[in-house]
Amino acid sequence: MTYLSTVAAIVRKDLLHELKSREIVVSMLLFSILTVVVFSFIFEPGSEFKNRVVGGILWMSVTFAGILGLNKSMMSEVNGGNFSALLLAPVDRSAIFFGKAISNFMFMMIVQLITVPLFIVLYNVNIFHTSFMPMTVFLMGTWGFAILGTLFSIISVNTRTREVMLPLLLLPVMVPVILASVQALNIYILGLDVAESYKWLKLLAVFDIIFTVVVFAVFDFIVED
Amino acid sequence: MSEPLIKFSNVNKKYGHIHALNDVSVSFDKGEFISVFGPNGAGKSTFLKLLCTMTSPSSGDIFYEGTPLKKLKDDFRSRFGVISHQPFLYSELTAMENLTFYAKLYGVQNIEDRIKELLGKVELYKRRNDKVRGYSRGMLQRLSITRALLHNPYIVVLDEPYTGLDTHASDILTKILVELFDNKHTIIMVTHNMKQGFDASSRLAIIRRGKLVFDEKRDNVTLDEFEHVYTEAVS
Repeated sequence: MTYLSTVAAIVRKDLLHELKSREIVVSMLLFSILTVVVFSFIFEPGSEFKNRVVGGILWMSVTFAGILGLNKSMMSEVNGGNFSALLLAPVDRSAIFFGKAISNFMFMMIVQLITVPLFIVLYNVNIFHTSFMPMTVFLMGTWGFAILGTLFSIISVNTRTREVMLPLLLLPVMVPVILASVQALNIYILGLDVAESYKWLKLLAVFDIIFTVVVFAVFDFIVED
Repeated sequence: MSEPLIKFSNVNKKYGHIHALNDVSVSFDKGEFISVFGPNGAGKSTFLKLLCTMTSPSSGDIFYEGTPLKKLKDDFRSRFGVISHQPFLYSELTAMENLTFYAKLYGVQNIEDRIKELLGKVELYKRRNDKVRGYSRGMLQRLSITRALLHNPYIVVLDEPYTGLDTHASDILTKILVELFDNKHTIIMVTHNMKQGFDASSRLAIIRRGKLVFDEKRDNVTLDEFEHVYTEAVS
């Protein structure tokens, strides 16, 4: 089986599993919407201060909903020993990892497709009013999150305190991705020159590439024990 | 002289301070049916994990037909079929969806025909479109057997396969194992069930505290003698 067909088989299986169980996207979506709605009560209508912080609120909801989804996604692999069965398959183990990472990326993007329009309405900010560059931020930020999140969810899923362990491991390493995503998003929300966001996008791109390459190189060693 | 199918050479496996497998040297030839016995925590599951490349030895080497396992590529794992007390199945998917997924991972040809043939053998064909979540323990294990044999592996590894099985499921498993043995597959089974393991196998082994303390052809001992040896070995 080729590398890409292994990745595709894992993604297809994950999508089918989610289509039937609706465990991951629904819980992520509920959490994400709830966060955005609750924080919308903080700001007075027309508050200028609001525009400086709402980017952070959006990414916070994306990040914590993502952590919830990652835990659930890995639980479906651990229950019944499925992850062991995947590791026993005669395929490159990094292809299994990238299959899982792409599935998690897709689940998170689906959640954002619903949360972002709601965010725009509730906070009365049009993040797309200068360009569609925020889409790049969402795509790159989410990929970085999915790669690292999938890796750490695999590491933490067999611990007794997995719900606590995953954010403890993931969030410190995710700081550059969260920081770059929030800063870039704030530039679009405040209507500043789009070119100012390029340095943050470059930072996101560098981290995405580094994380992807490093995980590709070390995944076999990580899952061995 | 030809190389043994699998050879453990002074294999050690440590998890932190725990010495799970201690200087184990043993070899298996093609067509053997080996039952491995031992008390809980003796190192049997570690032994199977090492065999299936789920983990690597801390020291020592494992060879497959003379080649160290670490030098073999990923597709080497297609030679193994693993049946565990865990089903390795996705509960929200149907039997057909589960098996199709694994068949693709193992590069099985004529997937539908192969699944139909195996599901017929384990008497689950009529339930192929049911979600696995609704299966009983016995049905799960029968489906797990199908999953493990989809790619017609040379070596079948079983970890406590009879755990929780009803008589019917037990009989089906025994029938399949006998058929595999007749067809010259190599079978390595870890079990607590002395009689079932003794009756089915051609070779018996006992692991205690990470060491291989007994390894003998079944024809050389009776069940009573073996039970006596086992009791002495583990006490």
